[in-house]
Amino acid sequence: MVTTISLTHYMVLSALLFGIGLFGVLAKRNAIAVLICIELMLNAVNINLVAISKYITPTLFTGQLFAIFVITVAAAEVGVGLAIIIAIYRNRVSVNLDDFDWLKW
Amino acid sequence: MEGIWMTVAFYLLAATILGSALLVVMLRNIVHSVLWLAVCFVAMAGLFLTLDADFLAAVQVLVYAGAVCIMVVFGIMLIQRGDMGSTNLFNSQTKAAAGVVALVLVVCGYLSATTQWVGTAVAVPEQTVENIADILLSKYVIPFEVAALLLLVALVGAIFLAKEVKADGHND
Repeated sequence: MVTTISLTHYMVLSALLFGIGLFGVLAKRNAIAVLICIELMLNAVNINLVAISKYITPTLFTGQLFAIFVITVAAAEVGVGLAIIIAIYRNRVSVNLDDFDWLKW
Repeated sequence: MEGIWMTVAFYLLAATILGSALLVVMLRNIVHSVLWLAVCFVAMAGLFLTLDADFLAAVQVLVYAGAVCIMVVFGIMLIQRGDMGSTNLFNSQTKAAAGVVALVLVVCGYLSATTQWVGTAVAVPEQTVENIADILLSKYVIPFEVAALLLLVALVGAIFLAKEVKADGHND
C-alpha cells in the first residue's frame, strides 16, 4: 500500500540525512561546520534506532535507550569539540581546516 | 493520528528535515546554517513523535535544539571575526566528497531495499518514560553511570581546553 509508512521509509530518510551530513563533513572548510554536520549524521543514526525499535522490537525499548546514549555522547562531543576549536583558534587565528597542518611535513 | 494523517505528517517532516539539512550544508553564512540546524532538530523531534517516542522527542528539543545549537552559536561568536557572509565555504575536495556520498547512498539504498524485516504488529506501549526508566536503571545501569562520568569528563575537559593560556605558557 502506498499510504502506509513502513520501516524502509525511515531507513531511506535516515540514509539521505546521513549522506547530507557526510558530504558536509568531507567538503566543508570551517571546523564548526564540520562539527554541526557530524551532529546531522548522529541524528540520522537516531532515526534508524528509534524506527527499528518501533517496527521490530516495540516492547523492549532498547533502540530508544541507545538513542538517548547517542544524544548524551553527541552533547559531550560538541562541548569538547568547540573547546578544542577555540583553543586552536587562539594559536592560529583561523578555523579553516586547511590551515591545520602542524603534523604534516 | 491514524493512517493518512500519519503519512502526511511523515512526508512533511521528512521534507522539512532534508530541506533544512541541505540548507545547513549549502548556506555561506555559518550563523544561518546553525539556525537551520535548529529547524532540522525540531522537525526531527516531530518525527520521533510519529514513531511513538515522546520522551525522546522531548529530549531532542531540550538537548539538541536548546543546548547544542546555543552552544555552537556561542562558539561562533567567540571565534568569527569580520565578514560573516563567507564563513562557511566549501573546500577543494567537493567532487571527491560527492563521490563518496553517492557510494554510501547506493549501498544504503540497496541494503534497505533488499532486507526483509521481521516486523511485528504490536503497538509501542503508551508509557515510554516508565519503560525506559525501568531498563535504564536495571539492565543498563552501568552504561548509565558511564554516561554520567563521560559528561563530567567532557565538562572538565572543555573548561580546561577553552581556558585562557598565559603568555609564559603555563596553564594555571
